[in-house]
Amino acid sequence: MKELKVQPIKDGTVIDHITAGSALKVLNILGISKNPTATVSILMNVKSEKEGKKDIVKIENRELNPKEVDKVALIASNATINIIRNYSVKQKHKVSLPDTIKGIVRCANPNCISNLKEPVEPAFRVVSKNPIKLRCYYCEREMEDVAGNII
Amino acid sequence: MKQGFDGRDIISIKDLTKADIEHIINVSKEMLPIARGEKKSGLLNGKILATLFFEPSTRTRLSFESAMNRLGGNVVGFATSKATSAEKGETLADTIKMADAYSDVIVLRHPNEGAARLASGFSSKPVINAGDGAGQHPTQTLLDLFTVKTEKKRIKGNNIVLVGDLKYGRTVHSLTYALAMFNATLTFVAPETLQMPKEILSHLKEKGIEFRQSSSLENVIPDADVLYVTRIQKERFPDPEEYAKVAGTYRVDLGMLSKAKKDMIIMHPLPRVDEIAPEVDKTRHALYFKQAFNGVPVRMALLSLVLGTVK
Ligand SMILES: [Zn+2]
Repeated sequence: MKELKVQPIKDGTVIDHITAGSALKVLNILGISKNPTATVSILMNVKSEKEGKKDIVKIENRELNPKEVDKVALIASNATINIIRNYSVKQKHKVSLPDTIKGIVRCANPNCISNLKEPVEPAFRVVSKNPIKLRCYYCEREMEDVAGNII
Repeated sequence: MKQGFDGRDIISIKDLTKADIEHIINVSKEMLPIARGEKKSGLLNGKILATLFFEPSTRTRLSFESAMNRLGGNVVGFATSKATSAEKGETLADTIKMADAYSDVIVLRHPNEGAARLASGFSSKPVINAGDGAGQHPTQTLLDLFTVKTEKKRIKGNNIVLVGDLKYGRTVHSLTYALAMFNATLTFVAPETLQMPKEILSHLKEKGIEFRQSSSLENVIPDADVLYVTRIQKERFPDPEEYAKVAGTYRVDLGMLSKAKKDMIIMHPLPRVDEIAPEVDKTRHALYFKQAFNGVPVRMALLSLVLGTVK
């Protein structure tokens, strides 16, 4: 039996080491589920020596930009991003949560000024990385449901 | 590094260090004779304060205006958002840019949490938060600390009992953070459903602050040095009968005070409804009206500090 279950891709992005069960969430926050033109392969519950089980997502003909990488970090803090060009890995990096997050997540507090029509992007300080906890720069509330508030 | 006050925004009590707060308290003390009208001052001559009150708060607004006038400054602004351009859909950011051009310091009261922080980003002049929704109200906390300090000589070592709605009350949250900086002993009295949020309790544990929790006010009164009373709102209870029962057990009256220390003081951010019986007003314990007056010297101190006329 062959080790590889999915064909390698020519150009695009491979997101590896996603927390098992989170692959669909990752696709959702990247807006890929709404874009039917990209060819996407998903592997779920793949055996891994490091994590036991993991998910993998392969997106053809699309390279994630840094802001998208930050989004992935919010959902799957152990993921690695591989940018593939002509069948070989051109860039590989582990996602890592920055200390501040701007414009990716909206504040869960409906009465927060950043949810009104004001010329500002929502902004947060990362107060805990595992589990993820963000504190709103404006209303100072702490928020744990990050996945549910991604813009 | 020590940060000066000139040009600084006062948005949240968490932005201030213990040394900052001590300095504000000291300057406030010097302002007392001017606040009482016993001494004249022209410290803020020619300066303009903009009071932007997007929701009414007469007590806070009058106290800021009185502070500015006592120091020889002038005040412009509005007391409610009715008939302002905000009603017509102007953003807060634009209103602030306008006020920034017309004044030297801005005091903002707004129904949305985070409004003052946002305002500080659009103003080159210092912004003082006078309450943002259920968020922060740092000048209230500062006048509370000033009151404890002047009445008790020190904050540290006093047993401060906070009673009422500790879960939702922003006043008690900020005050708890600040009292923790000064190593006060804290007692939290509330029905179990309205007790202090976990994140605040864990902050106290981290800081090594001694605290107790109780649902009975009567039991903790004998060793209280300060009793800080806040209102329990009817809306927090689905059942009006349950509310009446709870409100009754936390009502401060002469009977409740029979075992209190002679020099125990009662504070309240006001307005009160019936959590303190009027008969208490005449006792030596009642300090809430003096506490409200203390808002004036404390706000005088803040205005002079952020305007750079007092170092
Ligand atoms: Zn917020």
